[in-house]
Amino acid sequence: MRAPSSREAALGEVVLAVEDVLLTFGGVRALAGVSFDIRKGEIRAIIGPNGAGKTSMLNVVNGFYQPDSGRITFKGEVRRSMRPYMAAHGGIARTFQNLALFRGMTTLDNILAGRTLKMHRGFFWQLLRYGPAMREEVENRRRVEEIIDFLEIAAIRKIPVGRLPYGLQKRVELGRALAMEPDLLLLDEPMAGMNLEEKEDMSRFIIDVNQQYGTTIALIEHDMGVVMDLSDRVVVLDYGRKIADAAPEDVKRDKNVIRAYLGEAYVGQD
Amino acid sequence: MDILYKIFVDPFVQMGTSPDLLVQTLWDGLVAGVLYALIALGFVLIFKASGVFNFAQGIMVVFAALTLVGLHEHGVPAFVALALTVGVMFILAFGVERLMLRPLVNQSDIILFMATFGLTYFLIGLGQLVFGGNPKVMITSDLYLPSGAIEFKRFGGYVSLQKIDIAAVIIASVMVAVLAVFFQRTRIGRALRAVADSHQAALSVGISLEQIWVIVWFAAGVVALATGIMWGARSEVSFSLQIIALKALPVLILGGLTSIPGAIVGGLIIGIGEKLGEFYWGPLLGGGIETWLAYVIALGFLVFRPQGLFGEKIIERI
Repeated sequence: MRAPSSREAALGEVVLAVEDVLLTFGGVRALAGVSFDIRKGEIRAIIGPNGAGKTSMLNVVNGFYQPDSGRITFKGEVRRSMRPYMAAHGGIARTFQNLALFRGMTTLDNILAGRTLKMHRGFFWQLLRYGPAMREEVENRRRVEEIIDFLEIAAIRKIPVGRLPYGLQKRVELGRALAMEPDLLLLDEPMAGMNLEEKEDMSRFIIDVNQQYGTTIALIEHDMGVVMDLSDRVVVLDYGRKIADAAPEDVKRDKNVIRAYLGEAYVGQD
Repeated sequence: MDILYKIFVDPFVQMGTSPDLLVQTLWDGLVAGVLYALIALGFVLIFKASGVFNFAQGIMVVFAALTLVGLHEHGVPAFVALALTVGVMFILAFGVERLMLRPLVNQSDIILFMATFGLTYFLIGLGQLVFGGNPKVMITSDLYLPSGAIEFKRFGGYVSLQKIDIAAVIIASVMVAVLAVFFQRTRIGRALRAVADSHQAALSVGISLEQIWVIVWFAAGVVALATGIMWGARSEVSFSLQIIALKALPVLILGGLTSIPGAIVGGLIIGIGEKLGEFYWGPLLGGGIETWLAYVIALGFLVFRPQGLFGEKIIERI
């Protein structure tokens, strides 16, 4: 696949640093003091058994949840209270575990919606569809068509996404996130529920996004093979705690990780 | 046999023999339908973007009209009063978002629905406090809205069109066209539809729900103002006008709660159906069927097509 050691050396500065983040729901500690960082240009995997706090972590990063304590630094600035649309303004895009698409809208409109923040013309210009507003619409439309070509979904441009099969819906959702031209792309189980062929396609898109556009990606995934192939570094969460943080091949051999995934009996076995 | 003749034959014979009356009835129905459609549009805008069934839409119509007339009574020139009223509707939208929707976010639909009842009584109280409870006359001529009627001899008789009705149809058509383009073709329109489909996804692409809610409530407020002016000009501006909101219910059932074209077509069907029914079949039942016919039509739709003519089909994956 790729040589992780040389890549690791090439990784850029820290884009996002999470320090000692605590998140509780009533008495449940979803995240109990988690720290890790994401560096520019890398694919960072977050793994862990069900209920480990992976999705909670993403939700904290893009502002759906407010952590009870802890510090998050994004692009060199310590964040205060965060709302999702503010995270989007700051350059964080994401996809969701259980798909969150605009089901009644076409593929094209879904991806165009991802460019909401790139369009600035006022209400009345837009209504008139004249001059600068029209140029802006055309320019953004062009960018969207590029993404559609890139993801090979030209055939479904005009179809309302609610009617598409699951695998394609996932792809449209990725397209919408890409349309935001994010500095940090969060993918929550991009391959959940896919067959092998769809997984391979999706893996290819993720690698291409990372290499062609240099997009920094944080990824939650259950499929270990995928994680090992794609990611540069892996964070492992279990019961809201970080139990490992290393390159994929080291994580695979980590005692704590094996214990969390498979149970005590398997520690030490190969 | 006689009753069957009166139901199935006689009305159509009448339509054929005196087409002037038919045209007149259709026109009256069209005008009523357009106004119903406008009210329904206010509901649809808010429901689409925030999932709230806004019971206060009727009182918003009254409140907007009352503010306009009330300001004019206090010596404000008509068009300044119109602009100020638009401003008041914006403040109302902003206030609703801040004080009602935001604290109730993530509550179930019924809670939000009940909150709009609260809003209704608040607006009734506020309107009475500031402008008094007496019926007022719409400032039609000050707004350069035409009055009087055009009569022409056609179809073997006289047909008379009220000029204010013609103006109402034109203004409503323009409003609907503008809203449709806005919804389909612009960034904010896309954002509105996006919010209607999925709050979570909308947030993740950087759409601010708060901003969208203010926009839709404001749009609904402006639609309410237009409706208030038109209805006010045809009768008077009083609190009893809010009853017309109930007329929007069958329109919504017919057209679907989430469809702008549905609101228009539904409005026209109800308006025209009501007038035709009243004129041609009403006498069989002793008249006055106009008040309930719409609900019977809506009931039929509920049985056979509960999502309405254009509403989204509800598909649950199991």
